[in-house]
Parts: sequence; C-alpha cells; structure tokens
Amino acid sequence: MADIEKKEMNSRRRFLLVATSVAGGIATAAVATPFVMSMLPSERAKAAGAPVEVDISKVEPGMLLLVEWRGKVVWVLNRTPEMLATLKKLDGQVADPKSEKDQQPPYAQNETRSIKPAILVVEGVCTHLGCSPVYRKDIAPADLGPDWLGGFFCPCHGSKFDLAGRVYKSVPAPTNLAVPPHVYLTDTSLLIGSDRKESA
Amino acid sequence: MSKRLESFIGWIDERFPLTANWKAHLSEYYAPKNFNFWYYFGSLAMLVLVNQLLTGIFLTMNYKPDASMAFASVEYIMRDVNFGWLIRYMHSTGASMFFVVVYLHMFRGMMYGSYRKPRELLWLIGMGIFFILMMLAFTGYILPWGQMSYWGAQVIISMIGAIPVVGETLSNWLLGDFMLSDAALNRFFAYHVVTLPVLLVVLVVVHILALHEVGSNNPDGIEIKANKDPVTHIPVDGIPFHPYYSVKDIFGVVVFLIIFTGIIFFAPEMGGYFLEYNNFVPANTLQTPDHIAPVWYFTPYYSMLRAVTINFLWIDAKLWGIILMGGSVAIFALLPWLDRSPVKSIRYKGPIFKFALTLFVISVFVLGWLGTKSPTPLYTILAQIFTVIYFAFFILMPWYSKIDKTKPEPTRVTE
Repeated sequence: MADIEKKEMNSRRRFLLVATSVAGGIATAAVATPFVMSMLPSERAKAAGAPVEVDISKVEPGMLLLVEWRGKVVWVLNRTPEMLATLKKLDGQVADPKSEKDQQPPYAQNETRSIKPAILVVEGVCTHLGCSPVYRKDIAPADLGPDWLGGFFCPCHGSKFDLAGRVYKSVPAPTNLAVPPHVYLTDTSLLIGSDRKESA
Repeated sequence: MSKRLESFIGWIDERFPLTANWKAHLSEYYAPKNFNFWYYFGSLAMLVLVNQLLTGIFLTMNYKPDASMAFASVEYIMRDVNFGWLIRYMHSTGASMFFVVVYLHMFRGMMYGSYRKPRELLWLIGMGIFFILMMLAFTGYILPWGQMSYWGAQVIISMIGAIPVVGETLSNWLLGDFMLSDAALNRFFAYHVVTLPVLLVVLVVVHILALHEVGSNNPDGIEIKANKDPVTHIPVDGIPFHPYYSVKDIFGVVVFLIIFTGIIFFAPEMGGYFLEYNNFVPANTLQTPDHIAPVWYFTPYYSMLRAVTINFLWIDAKLWGIILMGGSVAIFALLPWLDRSPVKSIRYKGPIFKFALTLFVISVFVLGWLGTKSPTPLYTILAQIFTVIYFAFFILMPWYSKIDKTKPEPTRVTE
C-alpha cells in the first residue's frame, strides 16, 4: 500500500473510532438517564409537603410545642415577658442579631423573629447538620455555663441558639434557625407551611 | 496424588488455568521470610469479609427495608428467628472487628513504609477498600432505623447539603425525598446489600492481584526481589506462601476467633461502643437523643468535624468541618508521595519519624475518645489541638522525613 493510501486509511479509521465512541457515549448517557432520574424524589414524595394547621390555645407561657411539617420538626414556643427580655441582652453574643441572613420570611425579620412577639415559630432543625436542638430554659445550668439565659442547645455538635432561634457566635452552626412560612388563621389557630390563609 | 485426580486436574488445566493460579498466588508466591505479628491482619480482614457476606445474606432473609417495619424486623430477628441473635451479633461484631483489623493493617503499612514505591497503587486500591468499607458501615448502621441510625444519617446527609450550589439537589437525589425517610432507607438497603459488597469484593481481588504483582513488603522494608537465586530465580529471602504463611495465618485465625466469639457471646454491645444503646429506641423524627455519637470507628473523624468553630477564608465553620473530616480520611492516599525518607521501615527511620508516628497515634486515640463525648468548651479546644497534630503528621512529612537521621538498610532481611 502506498503511503498516501495508508494515511487516508488511518484518518478514516480515526474518524470511525471517534464517531463510534461519541455515538456510544451518547447512547450510554441516554440509557443512564432514566436510572439517574428514578432516584429523584418521586411524585408521591413531592405531593407530601402540605401545610399543617395547629391549635396553639393550650400552649402555656414557657411551653414548647412540637409540630411535624414535611417530616421536619417545627417548634411553637410561647415566650414569657422575662424570656423576651433576654433577647436584647444577647444581641452582642449572637452572630446575626438583626436576622439579616435569609432564614425567615420578611414578616418574621424583627426583634423577636415572630409575627406575634410571644409566639416563636421556628424549624427545630440545627442549621449545622440537621440535629434537633434541645430546649433548655433553665438559667445558668452547670453544663452550659453561668451566662446561659435559656435557649436551645444542639447535643450533636454543641451549637447554641437563643430564645429567638438566633445562633451564638463561635459555634459550628452558621445561621439562625429557619422560620417556616406561617400565618394565623385565627388568634389561636396557626397554619405552618403557607403564608396565605386561603391555602388552608 | 492419585493418577485419577491428576488426570482430572490435567483435564481442567487444559480448559482453565487452575494449577497456574494455585502456583502464582499460593504455592509459588514467594513472601519475605521475616513476616511478624503485624502481617496477620490482611488475611483476617478477608475472614471478616466472608463473615459479613455470609451473615448478611441470612439477615436479609428476615429484615424489612421499610421505615415502618425495619425496627420491628430487627427485634424479630433478635427474639423469634432461630439463632437470629447469633447471626446478627456475628454481623454487628464483624463490622467493628472489620475496622479493628483494617486499622491495624493500615498501621502496619505506615510503620514499614508499605505504601512506598513500587506499592503506591496497592496502597491507593487499599484506600478505595477503606472508603467502600466506611460507606458499608454507614449504610448498614441506618438499617435498624433506631434513634442513632436516623440522627447519624441525618448528620451525614446534611453534610452533602452543605456543598455549595449543588448540595441541596444532590441530597434530594440521594435521599429520593426532601428529608430522610422511607425512600432513603429503602435505597440504602440496596447499596448495603448489593452495590457496595460487589464493589468491595472486586476491589479486594484487585488489591491481592496488585500485591502479588509487586510482592509483599516486610518489616525491614527492603525488596526481596533484588536478591534472587541465580539458578532458580527465587528470592533468597522468600518462602512460598503455602504452606508457610497459610499455616501462620490459620494460627492467627484461631486466636482471632477466640476474641471474636468472646465478644459475640459475652459483650456484643461492647459497653455501647459496638452497638449504641440509643439505637434500641425506634427512630423519632421529632427528637434528637440528648447525646449522639457515631460508632467508635468514626469518632476521630467526627471530632474533627465539630472541632472548627470559626469562619475563615470565606468558608464558614460548617464547611471547614466537613472539609477537615473528608480530608482526614483522604490524606492517607497521599502518603506515598509525602514520605521522602531514604528508607521505608520504621526500623531504620530516625527519631523524628518515630516521635511523629507516636504523636499521630495518640492524636487518633484522643480524637476518637473525644468523639464519644458531648462537646464542652474544654473538649472543643482539645479536639482543635489534636486535629492540628493529626494533619501536621502528614503535611510536615515531606520536611521531617527528609532531615531525619536514618540508619542504613541491610541487604538481607533480618531475623
């Protein structure tokens, strides 16, 4: 075979090799698609996120109510005036005292991080790695030190939050506890998971 | 060998390389003659692997991968299935013992420089095995769907969610839901019983093939292949694996089984270190237990995860913790290139390396112990100090291994 012919054969070979590889690669990706997609949340999982309605009339001052919404725990805490008074004192010790990071709807971006000053509604999910912090309303307990004014302590990695779910400085958790969308249907009936009354 | 058997093997050999493989991997695989105590753990890891595969198969016959039934099905195995308690304890104790032997096996490699040229790839394959083993331990621990299963998985999955940009989508894809739920339990079961064991077995075979290609290292860290008999071409310091080391390993197996069965029959929970008491409570998605800690073999990494409490370099403390935790495992893979010492084995390395390795082992134990405790300000500072020591062992190695005062290596292995 002459050299020119040989060269042509080689370039044809290379072309066929590349073409087959590309076609094979596309086919592999196409076949993989349904398998990869099958692992995404199913239609049933997507449909399960409906809002929940809670009666808060029996939540006494100082009491914490646990509500399940989308498989997560949501806390409803009825804060006493003394508890609310601690928030101001802690402004210097928390990382985001004015709730500037997007962890709450606009209507909860205030001093108490709530619609009604006394009633705190937050997701009880630590913003570090998803554990549920423990409600520690005892003041200055031995394990949390004499400066503790009540709040939430995460047993997993030691993150601390105050009674508005604001994260302390120098703990593993990066942000304040998230406030879920919520709205009061009546004075004692709370809808968690939606901002609007009509979606109840 | 009888004539009939010989001709039968001949019949097979014409169709499958049976005798050739027997020779290559056992009767004519020449291993250094100076193996010591530290060389038991490779074969013991294989024994535990077989134990896990066999007991695992029998557990799947009664276990139900369903969030509403999983916990009860494990109780059923423990109480009502004939010998179910034994099979489960063999599996749960086997999981911990797997890590015991693998950690000792890795430590052997660190002492005698088994990761050095020409065994870099062998070491990397081993790291792959270690990674798959951790995934197996993690997915397996979720299956009973107790409190620790649930909250342990929650923490690990949240780490994936912390990856910038793609984290949330990736975690939804992994979980098959927007939170940890039945969908995740079901698929983690599939990984635990099919995907990961198949990968593990394949990697173990590849590990052994690579080992038999380069040959075993030894406590002196010298290459026995460098000194072969001129006539037979057999390394003069080598002895055939079978029968010499097969017999030695059988002795190791006997001692191991005494300890293993002792744990199974007398202390299967190992004081809460092998099986955690909080996991005897069904998963409660609304409440984290007051004290959560991973199983002992993950506690050093867990300590490092929570050691970082400050943000720096535009990365927040949470992501740093995750980076350190991942890095603490991944950094082992760099050892072949970090060690610049002219000698391989600790026997000929200088005082700095011995000091560094001792400090490293201490830091692993301290971090491991801290990982089982609730965080307090003092413990957090301790975890930070020992995390620095842990990483310093690796990061400073190119420097201290070079300046260290080594002894000359012998030309033949010592007794």
